[in-house]
Amino acid sequence: MPKPCDALIVGGGLQGLSSALHLARAGLKPLVLEKDYPGRHASGVNAGGVRRLGRDLAEVPLSVAALTLWQTLEDLVDDSGGFVACGQIKIAENEAEFAALCRRAEEVRQLGFEHEEVIRANELRELVPALAPDCVGGLICREDGAANPFRTVTAFRRKAEALGASVLPGVTVGSLSRRDGLWRAETNQGSYEAPLLINTAGAWGGRIAEQLGEPVPLTAKAPMLMITERVAPFLAPVLGCAGRLLSFKQFENGTVMIGGGHMGRAEPETNRTEIDFAGLATSSRTVQALFPRLAGVKVNRVWAGIEGMMPDGIPVIGPSTTEEGAWHAFGFSAHGFQLSPVVGRIIAELVLEGRSSLPLHPFRIGRFREAAAAA
Amino acid sequence: MSRGVPLLIVGAGPAGLAAAAAAAEAGVTVTLLDNQSSPGGQIYRGLAAGGAAREALGVDYLGADYLKGLPLIDAARREGIAHLGGASVWEVSRERRVQATRQGKVEAWQADRLILANGAMERPMPFPGWTLPGVMTAGAGQILLKASGLLPQGRVVLAGSGPLLILLASQYLRAGVTPAALVETTPGGRLGQALSLLPGALRAPAYLTKGMGLLRAVRRIPRYRQARDLRAEGGETVEALSFTAQGGRHRVACDLLLLHQGVVPNLQITRALGLAHDWDDRARCWRPRLGDWGASGIDGIAVAGDGGGIVGAAAAALQGRLAGLQAAHQLSALSADERDRRAAPVKRALAREQAARPFLDRLYAPGEAFLSPADETLVCRCEEVRAGQIRAWVGLGCSGPNQTKAFGRPGMGPCQGRMCGLTVAEIIAKERGVSPAEVGYYRIRPPILPVTLGELASLEDDADHAEAL
Amino acid sequence: MPDAFAFTRLPDPSRQKLTLDFEGVAIEASVGDSVAAAVLAAGHRLTRTTPVGGSGRGPYCMMGVCFDCLMEIDGEQNRQACMVEARDGMKVRRMRGARPLAEARA
Repeated sequence: MPKPCDALIVGGGLQGLSSALHLARAGLKPLVLEKDYPGRHASGVNAGGVRRLGRDLAEVPLSVAALTLWQTLEDLVDDSGGFVACGQIKIAENEAEFAALCRRAEEVRQLGFEHEEVIRANELRELVPALAPDCVGGLICREDGAANPFRTVTAFRRKAEALGASVLPGVTVGSLSRRDGLWRAETNQGSYEAPLLINTAGAWGGRIAEQLGEPVPLTAKAPMLMITERVAPFLAPVLGCAGRLLSFKQFENGTVMIGGGHMGRAEPETNRTEIDFAGLATSSRTVQALFPRLAGVKVNRVWAGIEGMMPDGIPVIGPSTTEEGAWHAFGFSAHGFQLSPVVGRIIAELVLEGRSSLPLHPFRIGRFREAAAAA
Repeated sequence: MSRGVPLLIVGAGPAGLAAAAAAAEAGVTVTLLDNQSSPGGQIYRGLAAGGAAREALGVDYLGADYLKGLPLIDAARREGIAHLGGASVWEVSRERRVQATRQGKVEAWQADRLILANGAMERPMPFPGWTLPGVMTAGAGQILLKASGLLPQGRVVLAGSGPLLILLASQYLRAGVTPAALVETTPGGRLGQALSLLPGALRAPAYLTKGMGLLRAVRRIPRYRQARDLRAEGGETVEALSFTAQGGRHRVACDLLLLHQGVVPNLQITRALGLAHDWDDRARCWRPRLGDWGASGIDGIAVAGDGGGIVGAAAAALQGRLAGLQAAHQLSALSADERDRRAAPVKRALAREQAARPFLDRLYAPGEAFLSPADETLVCRCEEVRAGQIRAWVGLGCSGPNQTKAFGRPGMGPCQGRMCGLTVAEIIAKERGVSPAEVGYYRIRPPILPVTLGELASLEDDADHAEAL
Repeated sequence: MPDAFAFTRLPDPSRQKLTLDFEGVAIEASVGDSVAAAVLAAGHRLTRTTPVGGSGRGPYCMMGVCFDCLMEIDGEQNRQACMVEARDGMKVRRMRGARPLAEARA
């Protein structure tokens, strides 16, 4: 029989590891059950953007709180995760896009936040000299940046383990049941029991929710990323685009990462993803339009990680509405990396105090059921 | 737009050429893609291009085996076979779409049947200094000789194990170049281990006779046996090879150091297709799991030749022939009876050809020190990752090659892991005390060659698709 | 400057000669040579420095596998010189570290 633990955390991505870390900081002994290895999917192979810029308004308070944790990540996990505050910019290619960015900055200000700031063409050119000269302006978050996903995963895992959490790779959770106040998970490696259950299973989180009797319309998708050969440094901030799908960043090692949400094909049953070259073509045309001087640069690698997407594009965070002693944090819809340090803290608050210091109402799992009932 | 073709073959070496000929004889139109401009593969490199002088080169220096490629090349020069040279294939999809860059333009084909005959590569031989300019593979030395008639003029040292090393030494001797040393790294006791496999090998006596002849021929070269702790020394370029052998440390000055320790299948395409691959513990490499006629398990895709597991040129051609016959049958150009009639002698010959393989694999299996080299050795040449770093990551919980990428980027440079993949797997396996079969290999995805953003931008994109729908 | 190392070429009257420009110096090669072979034949073993550590490299496999013979050929950077056929008048340069971006068009 495995050693007793306080919480079963299903899913060893960053949300699960962060939950484990924050629970362990409070003195609990959580057990993370991971079907592959920690950070195998969305957490380990995402674009690494640490971005408040352009977030769904519901996420803004969480994202702002998360950045504070990123800025002091060494205090939390003894490692910076490679976070560098290189700034994030969303580019407007025409006046209509620029006007939309101005309206957006105003909306964020109305909520009481000042981090999104409009810049005009001259400053944009100073910050991104290689950019096509006809771009008219942008929206910038100067303190945003990027980190190294797998390094972050490793730091959270090691710190959580050091504080008493256990992380078990290669353990696939089958059925879940609850009796006498104890959750019991049947797995391919035997059964595990604990009074608390946390669902951080990412693209597979819908299955856990379904077992708890509260199914959600989650779909698994595979956003593609391209990585180029090493290029002499030409770009510091992370770039997005107001009118097209783009996430564009040059790493310190010179390679350029190109993403933004063009989808490959995801097969969550087999862990496989497939590359769709039509999407890569669109993505490459975007890059050519914005950076004509990159046409001869070679793409060395393409990958696609499996992400759990919700129809409204924001995650599920909060207690189960059907079962006692169960909480969810999944479906981050391809932008959960930046939020992860604070999501674990939220889960720990919910578990230990029954409430969170941050507004979670938009993320409740019941919202889909409510919408269906209203319709 | 992709062009629809009935049969597309990737690779114009022995397997691809034979497959093309077998299918074309049955009346199938064949598209034969190859990354070289003229057919023959690496083994018959340069043979198709040359006239009488090249044949003389063959007879005088390269040996009669080289000329065995001529009938293969001639057979594939028939009507019904379109040989498209200079094609860098960077995508092969499970739906049998093939994309390549040729003469600076992207081309795409949609094939009813696909035969992958993309051959072998030399097993990388990592030890300190192996990245110095002037250190090359023995195969590279042969390519310079075959394709360009080039003979090294300075001091040449050959090091490693395996038939190709001895063959190249004998070819150099015949051309009047005496290598400064032949440094053999085959560990002691290998012959003893291999002897139990000798009876099988005697069914293919030609290999052994040729081998013995070559060994006699190279006696004039200063020879060191069971060499270990190799180190290529030099500043800007290689200056010497030092090693321990026969009870002492030696240092042989050289301008060119040619390495070899056998060949392994080139698996970039079969990996990217997601085929199942099995670890072959005797040959110390993976190979795709194949069925009858080289069937890959994906509908309409077969594998023939060394890319499916090392078999050598003669057996590769026979496998190619079988794959070509089966493709012709599947395309309704041959009845099952006729396919089987044509295949019967090929299958018999193939069994004979393969008889010596287990013996050779065991005899020339690379030494442990090269499979899992010393800490200071650069394992990933592109990203400059050392063996010791990989060992340290295992200590941090890194359990397989894919995870090493996140720790320190091996396999993420332009060669896409071709040069380090096997070594990284061997090192992790040894550290963890398990088989490479358990730690696995890098996930390989298309593009399987670097492609420019401009090339990608020239493809049909999502909008084109939407309009087409 | 060649680095005091050379190849000799077997006589073959059927081979036609051609001339490349390597680092601003004319070198002679044969039709059918790859660019990498042509540069080696002229006695140059070092053909690039790496973008990672700046160490010198030359052609290793000569068959498109190792990507260590990356050179700038007719203005196109990081090409596999062993996979490009030499042509008369080609301009070939060593790659030095990471490639720069192409020049902006005026």
